[in-house]
Amino acid sequence: MTQDAYIRIENVTKRFGSFTALGDVSMDIREGEFFSLLGASGCGKTTLLRLLAGFESPTEGEIYLDGDPISGVPPNHRPVNMVFQSYAIFPHLDVRDNIAYGLRKRKLPKARRDEMVDEMLHLIKLPDYGDRRANQLSGGQRQRVALARALILRPKVLLLDEPLGALDKNLREQMQLELRQIQRTVGITFVFVTHDQEEALTLSDRMAVMARGKPLQIDTPEALYERPANREVAEFIGSMNFFEGRVTQADGQGVDLDVAALGRIAAPDGAGGLSPGQRVALAIRPEKIALSDTRPERGHAVRGRIQNAAYLGERSHYYVQLDGIEAPVAVSANNSAPVRHVPEAGEVWLSWPDEAMRVLAE
Amino acid sequence: MKGDSYIDRSSRTLTLYAVLFLIVLYLPILFLPLFSFNDSIYIAFPLQGFTTAWYAQMWENPQMWAALGNSVKVGMATAVISTALGVFAAKAITRYRLPGQGPLVGFMMLPLVVPLIILGVAILILMSRLGVPLSLYTVTLGHLLICTPFAIATLIPRFEGLDPSLEEASADLGENIWWTFWRVTFPVVYPGIIASLLLTFTISFDEFIVAFFLAGTEQTLPIYIWNQLRFPRELPKVLALASVILLVSFVVVFLSLWLTNRGNRTLVQPGKDQ
Repeated sequence: MTQDAYIRIENVTKRFGSFTALGDVSMDIREGEFFSLLGASGCGKTTLLRLLAGFESPTEGEIYLDGDPISGVPPNHRPVNMVFQSYAIFPHLDVRDNIAYGLRKRKLPKARRDEMVDEMLHLIKLPDYGDRRANQLSGGQRQRVALARALILRPKVLLLDEPLGALDKNLREQMQLELRQIQRTVGITFVFVTHDQEEALTLSDRMAVMARGKPLQIDTPEALYERPANREVAEFIGSMNFFEGRVTQADGQGVDLDVAALGRIAAPDGAGGLSPGQRVALAIRPEKIALSDTRPERGHAVRGRIQNAAYLGERSHYYVQLDGIEAPVAVSANNSAPVRHVPEAGEVWLSWPDEAMRVLAE
Repeated sequence: MKGDSYIDRSSRTLTLYAVLFLIVLYLPILFLPLFSFNDSIYIAFPLQGFTTAWYAQMWENPQMWAALGNSVKVGMATAVISTALGVFAAKAITRYRLPGQGPLVGFMMLPLVVPLIILGVAILILMSRLGVPLSLYTVTLGHLLICTPFAIATLIPRFEGLDPSLEEASADLGENIWWTFWRVTFPVVYPGIIASLLLTFTISFDEFIVAFFLAGTEQTLPIYIWNQLRFPRELPKVLALASVILLVSFVVVFLSLWLTNRGNRTLVQPGKDQ
């Protein structure tokens, strides 16, 4: 546990009847960071968000916000606001009244209120939409109004429940950039729930990959991608080739492995703590493997046969069959470099540097 | 017809059927206003001549006015109370998963199918056992039993159309349950509440059987009309009164339908782009 925890989730368990949605979860979220909860549906990420909002209370454990326990505080008394998946724009109010909804209790003079709403309309780039109703707005516009309605209250934490899920691809990418921009402008801690790994990688300062009601790994996007802690994280984020094997020798720095299709191979011991005889998976990202006609002079190499090739514009995907394993190895080659034509069904050499390998305990 | 899609093609048979249907449905009712302007106390053809005398006589009848007043009082009380009960019930039914919910809802809807005469007798026995004197209050009680299921049935679709995250959003933005109801739930379900008020008022206003069992010395309008039917000379005046009620009912029903439709159109489909 670090000292700079702004939100501290301590041994939180949430059960719904006999179903355990969250099992003994502990994590810290820092002030001002863009933190994502990433996972497939049913992994507990939305439950965790609803616990932070106050719509659910933990069965066990406690949540601290800025040092104070908040489990017993109802949602209307928490300095936390939420952007709902469905946006939940009030259909009977126009955009201005939606944004000003939470200001009633502040008892501000009308002029000040209007000024704050104008500021928000400006921030979300909808200055001329103040008198529209929810049903006159597009999905992206509703999303922005929901954001403004929450941010106007200057919450300590803003919770976002898959806010970009309902938008089409282009709009989603644009909104990702805007969301990041807005988060930097207002400097509020964002907790963002998504099932889209690309979105989480693009937006987050740090993120938690969740499965079965537990975080598997909490780290920066780069660390999660480059140094996954276990096979499940490696599988979930990006695509990954796995070679099953066994440790033959370990000395703390590196390990010697006996791996299917690759034979004896020395690899760095990223996570540490591997011991001889242990079953492991050697993981290599498809884009870290190079293809060549002849055996390269440096790095690890293995011979294979191209089974399938897919041209995707900026890059091409190859599936290479190796002797000794059933599943073909995926290779992703960047097409911007001058590439020679790789013959389909041809024999090729696959090669990769030391640092492309990650040894994961089974 | 060329150019028309299969589904839009008009059918002569169906058109004829629709016309016949409307005639059979409304012809008997049309006799009411027709004879109410007929200058004769006998309901028979040929028509004798045009008169508004029956309307004038009806207008000057204090008994009729008293009965009308009673019916309006009972109707308004019934409408307000049954709609309020309907709001709570519809909210609970749509928002919470209660144990034994299916049978419970069925039980609440039961008065819709129990014959009114049985309901009337049952309440009458209960009232006399309890020693409660019959009055407009007992009539109202009976009407509440009849009208509340209608109020619930009218309000459930409105509450189903209410996205639960709207209420959560209101709480999240700092409002407690009472302010949330006032600022979000009520305005969103408002057309349903109006429709329910109009419907329950109309049902209570029309209702004869239960009122007949439970009314004391004060008559409601249907009971007054029924009493008048024993005197042939009073019949044209009853027709005049019936015509007026018919007109008002039409207006109320159309108003309620219009409000329901308008309300449905303002409901938002979450996340749907335009």
